[in-house]
Amino acid sequence: MMDTDGRRWHDMGGQDAGPVCADDHDFALWEKRVDALMVLCGAKGFFTVDGLRRALEDMGEDAFETMSYYERWIAAINQNLLEYGAYTPSELGERMEQIAERGPTYAAAQKAHDA
Amino acid sequence: MPERVRVKTIMPPGHVRIPAYLRGKTGVIERALGPFPNPEQLAYGLPAASQPLYRVRFTMDELWGTAAEHPNDTLDAEIYGHWLEKV
Amino acid sequence: MPHDHHDHSGLSPSGHPYRADNDTPLSYWQRMEIAVRELLIEKGHLDAAAVAAQIDAMDARSPANGAAVVARAWTDPAFKARLLDNASQACRDMGFDIGPLHLIAVENTPDTHNMIVCTLCSCYPRNLLGLPPDWYKTREYRARAVREPRAVLREFGVDLPDSTTIRVHDSTADMRYIVLSARPAGTDGMTQDQLAALVTRDSMIGTGLPRTP
Repeated sequence: MMDTDGRRWHDMGGQDAGPVCADDHDFALWEKRVDALMVLCGAKGFFTVDGLRRALEDMGEDAFETMSYYERWIAAINQNLLEYGAYTPSELGERMEQIAERGPTYAAAQKAHDA
Repeated sequence: MPERVRVKTIMPPGHVRIPAYLRGKTGVIERALGPFPNPEQLAYGLPAASQPLYRVRFTMDELWGTAAEHPNDTLDAEIYGHWLEKV
Repeated sequence: MPHDHHDHSGLSPSGHPYRADNDTPLSYWQRMEIAVRELLIEKGHLDAAAVAAQIDAMDARSPANGAAVVARAWTDPAFKARLLDNASQACRDMGFDIGPLHLIAVENTPDTHNMIVCTLCSCYPRNLLGLPPDWYKTREYRARAVREPRAVLREFGVDLPDSTTIRVHDSTADMRYIVLSARPAGTDGMTQDQLAALVTRDSMIGTGLPRTP
């Protein structure tokens, strides 16, 4: 068994790491919408920023390595909204399945009146 | 609150906002920032008690010893009062 | 839908390509975003117009806002004093809607250079400067900025002498930070707008210096 000093994966300060890659990109519409959901739901008191951070931290290091920033954020927002009771897991699952049937791309999958 | 403070060495699981690299390190209070709700309670959707928040300044020598690039460079971080001990 | 134009304009206002999200296969996480948004709207928790308005509000925030603040501080000593005393209020006084942001301005001097990081996540003065650059959120920057800031700065093309003290600020809690660079030499007589054009995003994070004229 490997023991631990208790440091959690997200607590990165001072750890060994390689050169900083200064690449940058502008955000896609779906990413901006995730950001907007975070701000608006936070302002309405459905969750706190620390609630989001807690969910992100609990997702583990694998999520950091394999998911993009806003993929992790929508996962954390969803976790907090489930805890708040905004909807149930099966409501979400059924809606996600309906969305998949609407079309093969993000644009095609919007509700008709939004697209 | 004394001017010189040490960050507690405790390493609990759960959501805390005190980086591991500062645990057990001694610094100087740069300024008091006022009371803020405790993120350790906010994170779990709980009513959060206010905690005094401080900006604490550490030397790189204190944090990294001989590995520091320049011993007199500094690191400031915000630390809640319940994580600080009088030195 | 108000944001349709984003999907077709090619380059953003800052000149970067938008990510081609609408042309790639729909992902699980994109489906989750659509589903969460639709459920929140249908259940009356949010309305669609508020989502669009929030995107517009975030798009309107950019490093140009911070550059205007820095340029004013370079030309207006009373404003600079207010900025260093209470940066949130000073920015609001200039008309910037920064919401509940608690902002601290840290001043570079001939012998001090400041640099901002968030080692625990990616806290950033987004309500003034807009969303952070990708590199700010990377493991590499978060891990190394607090232990070897000089090496990181050299990777950004900033090589500071030993006589300059570096002050790194880890945004661990409720404050956000902006670096007030020193006014570049050779800028006497320039207007605030001309000066603002010298202030880069990275100079406000501390990984860069202002341009020189």
